Amino acid sequence: MAFTTAARTGGPVPAPAPPSSRLPRSRTPYLLLLPGLVWLGLFFAVPVATLFSTSLQTRVPGGEIGEYTQTFRFANYLDTIGEYHVQFVRSFLYAGLATVLALLIAYPLAYYIAQRAGRWRNILLVLVVAPFYASFILRTIAWRQILGEEGPIVPVLRFLHLIPAGATVTASAVAVVAGLTYNFLPFMTLPLYASLERIDPRFIEAGGDLYANPFTTFRRVTLPLSMPGVVAGTLLTFIPAAGDYINATLLGRQPKTTMIGNVVESRFLRVVDYPTAATLSFLLMAAILVLVFGYVRRAGTEELV
Amino acid sequence: MTVGAGPRLARGEHGLQRAGDSPVRRVSLWQRLRRRALAVYAFLALAYLFTPIAYLTVFSFNDSGKSNIVWKGFTLDNWKNPCGAPDVCTALGNSLKIGVISTTVATVLGTMIAFALARHRFRGRTATNLLIFVPMATPEVVLGASLLTLFLNFRVPLGMGTIIVAHVMFCISFVVVAVKARIASLDPALEQAAMDLYATEVQTFRRVTLPLVAPGIAAAALLSLSLSFDDFIITFFNSGNVNTFPKFVYVSALRGIPAQAYVIGVAMFYLALLIVLVAEVLRHRRERALH
Repeated sequence: MAFTTAARTGGPVPAPAPPSSRLPRSRTPYLLLLPGLVWLGLFFAVPVATLFSTSLQTRVPGGEIGEYTQTFRFANYLDTIGEYHVQFVRSFLYAGLATVLALLIAYPLAYYIAQRAGRWRNILLVLVVAPFYASFILRTIAWRQILGEEGPIVPVLRFLHLIPAGATVTASAVAVVAGLTYNFLPFMTLPLYASLERIDPRFIEAGGDLYANPFTTFRRVTLPLSMPGVVAGTLLTFIPAAGDYINATLLGRQPKTTMIGNVVESRFLRVVDYPTAATLSFLLMAAILVLVFGYVRRAGTEELV
Repeated sequence: MTVGAGPRLARGEHGLQRAGDSPVRRVSLWQRLRRRALAVYAFLALAYLFTPIAYLTVFSFNDSGKSNIVWKGFTLDNWKNPCGAPDVCTALGNSLKIGVISTTVATVLGTMIAFALARHRFRGRTATNLLIFVPMATPEVVLGASLLTLFLNFRVPLGMGTIIVAHVMFCISFVVVAVKARIASLDPALEQAAMDLYATEVQTFRRVTLPLVAPGIAAAALLSLSLSFDDFIITFFNSGNVNTFPKFVYVSALRGIPAQAYVIGVAMFYLALLIVLVAEVLRHRRERALH
């Protein structure tokens, strides 16, 4: 590894020294990094490699169920895309819709807490994060019951003739998107809050003083200044939403609302079709990483972590 | 004034202004209405966030028997005997054990990385950042599936061990981010002062740096604990036949969840909320005492 040899030979010190570093180049950083990075290497990087290797395997002729052998069959990817592109597109569509909805819901809330809540700010922030502490699956099940046949919403909607007599709210694409929106809302609100909180309110006032209407002020002042929060929030919502299958399972109806996560789960754990599941996982990861890096570059926020 | 110039420069002043509500602000009727509208909106959004919690709370008192769907009457039995349903407390115990062990390991490893990143120069910084960022940008189902391929390839038996390995893996990155942010926010003058007063490097670290970073480490540990406790997808892939609380809830969702699971979920929620609110109040008091 490049950096271990550099440590031993004490390679040249790079010219612009970070202001906080008080130690000269030494072994210390590598000792500090070693255990954690080894853990991430062994249980994140190596598994991704085995995932890729599994994705190129094929069934052993005449073998048992779940027996596969390495044949480097890259055509697995073409087969998988051919068979599951619908679920792929659907996952990205649902996740995209949920992200946009979450942004629309969370932005005014984050703005209020950051700029208007005064001394209630921290308490409100705690309340935004609080639903996190109730189990994710229990919350989703709660929505299923609230929106379900025996819940309080459906009879009201039927009475108002907003939905036809036989129709339901759950077991639909709408319910899945609503569930995704709800579950990842705090991931959207927190980064938005963090960037809105940094905006000096006098900038916003200055917009008004210079005869910009509130909408223009928002578009030209507030929104650009909060862009880092928008980027971080949309990523933190989109990524888990695209890979999620709990909402699709509990609030949707198979196969109409099947997402890519559902396919990976059933291929892997029920059908024991490891190559297909691995191919799908690898494609999902690659697609998301390409999206993330492309998006981060376009939005121009260099430092996310 | 250019808008992008430096929102941070003016921070000190507006912090004071905000407390007493800026005197320059002209308060027109329209502005007041808009202000109220935003407050009402925030209240509605919070109500929306809390709707399922309210539902779970109410139905934790449901005298429902095995399947908690229809309201059948009020009872305290579920709360008096939260372990009454089969397996629910075994699952809870496993989740707590996994949570505590993986949080401890992830917090130690993640804090070490955070110090290395925040305080040291070294080669391979980009690679390190990438190895920390990419797991956070990877969907859980991919993390779960890839770990399972590893365990299958090396014939590792699934169980407690594999769950803990997985949880430590996905918690480390979050710990690094949280602790690094805290270290970055420290005033370097404090450590310089300690050194000026002839404290050695080790003394400075133990007596000054570590206590100052401690709240960040505590927050990271809490985050890690709640991530671990609530994780379903990665756990489901790598748990074998070990039951955890989220797994118990998910599996029993098909045939009806016992009200005791609601009790446990809701109790954990109120306990966490209480801890965070008390911490918030204490922090507020301490800040007041300082000023």
